[in-house]
Amino acid sequence: MKKTIFVLGLAVAFPLVMNALDQAFYIGFGARVLIYAMAAASLNLVLGYGGMVSFGHAAFFGAGAYVTGILAVEGLRSAWIAWPAAVAVAAAAALVIGALSLRTRGVYFIMITLAFAQMMYYVFVSLKAYGGDDGLSLPGRSTLGFGLELGDELTWYYVVLVLLAAVLYLLHRIVHSRFGRVIEAIRENETRAAATGYPVYGYKLACFVISGAIAGLAGALIANQSSYVGPGLLHWVQSGTLMIMVILGGVGRFWGAPIGAAVLLTLEETLSGSEALGQYALHWQLPVGVVLLVIVLYAPQGIAGLIAGRRRA
Amino acid sequence: MLELRGLTKRFGGLLAVDQVDLAVKDGEIHALIGPNGAGKTTIIAQVSGSLDADAGEILFRGRDLTRLPQHARVKAGLARSFQITSIFRRFSVLDNLALAVQARSGSSLSFWRPVAGEKALFDEARAIADEVGLSRRLDLVAGNLAHGEQRALEVGLALATRPKLVLLDEPMAGMGPEESQRIIALIERIRARVTVLLVEHDMDAVFRLAERISVLVSGRVIASGAPQEIRANAEVRRAYLGDELAAG
Amino acid sequence: MLRVEGLETAYGASQVLFGLSLEISEGEAVTLLGRNGMGKTTTVRSIMGLTRARAGAISFRGRRIEREAPDRIARAGIALVPEGRQIFPNLSVREHLVAFADNRAGRKDPWTPDKVFDLFENLGKRRDHMGNQLSGGEQQMLAIGRALVTNPHLLILDEATEGLAPLVREEIWRCLERLRAAGQTILVIDKYIERLVRLADRHTIIERGRVAWQGGSAELDADRGLWHRYLGV
Ligand SMILES: Nc1ncnc2c1ncn2[C@@H]1O[C@H](COP(=O)(O)OP(=O)(O)OP(=O)(O)O)[C@@H](O)[C@H]1O
Ligand SMILES: [Mg+2]
Repeated sequence: MKKTIFVLGLAVAFPLVMNALDQAFYIGFGARVLIYAMAAASLNLVLGYGGMVSFGHAAFFGAGAYVTGILAVEGLRSAWIAWPAAVAVAAAAALVIGALSLRTRGVYFIMITLAFAQMMYYVFVSLKAYGGDDGLSLPGRSTLGFGLELGDELTWYYVVLVLLAAVLYLLHRIVHSRFGRVIEAIRENETRAAATGYPVYGYKLACFVISGAIAGLAGALIANQSSYVGPGLLHWVQSGTLMIMVILGGVGRFWGAPIGAAVLLTLEETLSGSEALGQYALHWQLPVGVVLLVIVLYAPQGIAGLIAGRRRA
Repeated sequence: MLELRGLTKRFGGLLAVDQVDLAVKDGEIHALIGPNGAGKTTIIAQVSGSLDADAGEILFRGRDLTRLPQHARVKAGLARSFQITSIFRRFSVLDNLALAVQARSGSSLSFWRPVAGEKALFDEARAIADEVGLSRRLDLVAGNLAHGEQRALEVGLALATRPKLVLLDEPMAGMGPEESQRIIALIERIRARVTVLLVEHDMDAVFRLAERISVLVSGRVIASGAPQEIRANAEVRRAYLGDELAAG
Repeated sequence: MLRVEGLETAYGASQVLFGLSLEISEGEAVTLLGRNGMGKTTTVRSIMGLTRARAGAISFRGRRIEREAPDRIARAGIALVPEGRQIFPNLSVREHLVAFADNRAGRKDPWTPDKVFDLFENLGKRRDHMGNQLSGGEQQMLAIGRALVTNPHLLILDEATEGLAPLVREEIWRCLERLRAAGQTILVIDKYIERLVRLADRHTIIERGRVAWQGGSAELDADRGLWHRYLGV
């Protein structure tokens, strides 16, 4: 509880502090971190809790983004329609992809989820009506009503924060519910879970769909964030980025995904723009790789695990 | 309670279960014994639903289960334990058992209410831990239990789903004498409410517990009857018991 | 051949062995007895280097091994039939035996895969099965065979008769008796104590990670109080 209040306080204070420091530019960066935290958290549900190594989560993220983008250019900008639509389409995609891929296990599952995501990537690349390779520029951010102007960076940040908080709360309830226990049990020992009376496939599929839906919401937000959607959002590199966030933060750790998203994007931001690194700043991934290596070797529970471990000791 | 008719399983060229007919009566403790590789575990897997039947029928309380998925069979009142320990290794002992209890009490498609608050679940889990002698290990991670304790948890997991028929695959294997005694006592205690199909190589336990014994050799039932008959059966002695044990 | 002195081993925060000492001479058959969870398996795992000892010394044929890696200890000539079998699911029976076949003790008449198939006829019939296509008892036979074909100086069996049919169990005991007669050094843990009394020369009873009693077969056989107190019989 204390931890939650601390993190929440930090997130609420961030844009105010940035404004005070005359660094309003970072408010947008903060919103991006929150959106990626949501996408990574959705992946952590299947990967960390469910033990399903989905290497195609960008498909759902990207699907949500494109639904929002396409609706916007077609003139439908209400968040009340666009965002639920993004969630629904992403969930439907997860249902189809999950229903097929969950029949496989291990490396095959990783490969088949990757393949589906890449298929969707090429579908959008060839979708000339909506920008194809170049992607799609949105006329502006979604409209929410209540006198809230999402084009305002501060308002936008807080709206995203509220949504992230709601999603994290939902995930918290789920992983501690009966359903969540079953999901973890299946990760631990599928054979025994089945012999204990759980229809394993159905549970995994339900978990996969919930995760896909959340990734779709994050996608709707990322489309708004930069008022642009492109096929890059569905590329396998994007799936890899989400996975790196989860691993950095802590697989199967509740705070893993938000921490991982914050750390990875902060590293990217500081290193890639760093003047000290000069021309080497282009290669910001290299130090990130080293950090990842250290984490995997010495802290398999990720940064969240390190923090929790220190507390207990 | 359970009736097998012509049950068959083939692994490639190997006929592991060969037209087995077997009947387990309500309330009895029925032992299934036989040499290593005779097909005992395969039968258990087929009855519990993790392996398909190539031919034959499985009738449970008058109902044909042959094509039913595994979870539906658990709901119908069937549970099994595994010969090669199969537990949730990173869960605590209590969580292991609570998860099994949960499978048979109410729907698990509940996404909102914290399971930790469900006192009834954990009370029942504690009671089962007590029965299998793990009440002092409740909070230990199951993977860190001693081998014999893991075996006890294995049996506990099978009983936690409140079965009407429990298929126990070598529950005493890997246990010390005291632990075996505890499981024997446990089986005797539950016999009033649970029918037991017991696969076991510990003949002391088999002859103490079983009311009827069936002997499986190379996938076929070669004898079925009361313990004294089985002990006296020359073919069973030759194939399985040996003379020394049969005499004792 | 093997000398263990003041062994202390812990899993994380929970210590299991408290200064355990033990000695086995060449050609001897000895047992470790005690209730489950008292530290028998941990002792054996410490000897094999599978669980690092926190303190104490282990020497094998004049060489200190308590800091060595398990593979080196195995190659020095200790073979373990581990509790719970630990068969490789994706290796065939034959591959298991061929991969481990060696003559570490330099025997004149070494164990070979074929000899293992003679000992366990049924395993021979399953020689092309993968590890996960074997019955529990067949896996156990394979685990024993896998230890035998290394022709070790010291053979350790941890609950090696688990899941074996009575006749096969009897076959194992007779085999161990023959091995012993041929000079094989053996350390065995098993629940069939009567049989162990007939097989082994000396016994060590472990209670809560310490040696509670050590002595010969005749003494153990005579003192049923010991059985009752420490072995739960
Ligand atoms: N997946 C499989 N593929 C091929 N053969 C198998 C498979 N599983 C089991 N077998 C074979 O089927 C036969 C029966 O195996 P099963 O496990 O039913 O024996 P069991 O009677 O339980 O023996 P034990 O007493 O040793 O546990 C064995 O010979 C085994 O090698
Ligand atoms: Mg079996």
